[in-house]
Amino acid sequence: MDGIHDLGGMQGFGPVEVEDDEPTFHERWEGRVFGMTGMATLQGLASTSEFRHAIERMDPADYLTTSYYEHWLTALGTLLVEKGAVAGQELEGGAPAGFLRSRPVLGDRAPRPPARGSTASFEVGDRVRVADIHTPGHTRCPRYVRGATGVVEAVRGNDPLPDIGPYKGPVQPVYAVAFDSEALFGPSDDGRWTVMLDLFEDYLEDA
Amino acid sequence: MSHDAADPAVRTAALEALLVEKGLLSTDAIDAVVEHYERDLGPQHGARVVARAWVDPEYRERLLADGTAAVQELGIDGFELNTLVAVENTPGVHNLVVCTLCSCYPWPLLGLPPKWYKDPAYRARAVAEPRAVLREFGVEIGDDVQIRVWDSTSEVRYLVIPRRPEGTEGASEEELAALVSRESMVGTG
Repeated sequence: MDGIHDLGGMQGFGPVEVEDDEPTFHERWEGRVFGMTGMATLQGLASTSEFRHAIERMDPADYLTTSYYEHWLTALGTLLVEKGAVAGQELEGGAPAGFLRSRPVLGDRAPRPPARGSTASFEVGDRVRVADIHTPGHTRCPRYVRGATGVVEAVRGNDPLPDIGPYKGPVQPVYAVAFDSEALFGPSDDGRWTVMLDLFEDYLEDA
Repeated sequence: MSHDAADPAVRTAALEALLVEKGLLSTDAIDAVVEHYERDLGPQHGARVVARAWVDPEYRERLLADGTAAVQELGIDGFELNTLVAVENTPGVHNLVVCTLCSCYPWPLLGLPPKWYKDPAYRARAVAEPRAVLREFGVEIGDDVQIRVWDSTSEVRYLVIPRRPEGTEGASEEELAALVSRESMVGTG
C-alpha cells in the first residue's frame, strides 16, 4: 500500500538526531512490547510480513506521532483482535482512554504475468525497469523506485512474494538492483550515488 | 487519535495482564526475551566479525562471498539474519545501510537498532541525500568516492566492513574489535 511508512525520498523531516549511549529500551514498556511481540510471533500469531503490514495500516497521522514501539504495540493489539485471540472490548477494558489500533486490510493484488515467460529469469547485468505497481496490500517495493531503470548486480535467492494472498505468494528470485541517484531523484548539487534495492522478480520488467 | 489513546505504558501493562490472564503468554517468557536482547546482543558481535576480517584475509574472502556462513563460523545466528551480505568500504567506495519501509537491521550482529535508524528523518533522507546525512554524523565523503546506499527491502541484511584504521598494524584482534563502532558497521561512522 502507498502508506505513510514508505518514507524513502520524502522531504522535510530535518536533521537526523543521534542519542549518545542509547539503552536497548528507553522505557520498561518498550521491552515488554518487544517481548510480547516476539513470543506471540513465535507462537504463530502472524508472520513478519503480516506484522509489518499491520504497522503500515496505521492511520498516517498516528504513525508519525507515535514512537517505534508504539507502532509495535498498535500492530500487536490489532492482530490479536483480528485473529480472535482477544476481543476488542477486552483490549479497551484495561486502557480506559482507548487502545490505538490500525485500520483494516484494504486488499491485496494478483501476481503479474512473468516478464520473461514462466521459467526464464533476469541475469546479472540485465537492465530492468520497476513496474508501476500500486497495491492496496503489503509490498516491499518502495514508491521512490517505481518506474525507474536499474541494473541487476546479483541474484539473492528465492523467497515467497509477500504481496500476494496471506503474505506467501509464489516463490520467486530476489535481485539486487543498482539505481543511479539521478534516475530516482534527478540531478543533485551534492554529487551522485548508487541506491541498491533487493527486489522480487514480480516487481521488474525488461528495460 | 493518538492524543486520545492511553499512555503506551498503560496500554502495554493492560495488554500484558490480559494475555497472561488468558494463558496466552507468561511473564517469565517475556522477561527472558527482554533480558536476552538487553544483555546478550549488541554491536560487539559485529565488531568481532569485522576484526576477524581485518586480520584474516581468507576469512574476509569468505565473509564477502557468503556472509551468512562466515558469521555462523563465529557462532552468530538468529532472528533477522536469514541472509547476510557484507559490503566492504575501500578508498573508492563507501557503503551506507538503511531500511526505508520499516527498520530492518541485522539484530544478531548489531543488536536492536538505535532510535535514529528507525526515525523518519534517516529513513527518508539516506537514499535521497546520503552525503548530507553523512555530514551530520561527521563523515565527509568526497565526490570522487562512490556511495552505495543499501535499502533493506528484502530479507537480506547488510553489514558494512569499515576500513581498518591507520596505525593499527600491531593491534590484536581483540584490540581491533574494540575500535569498531556500531555506526561504522551501518556506514554512518
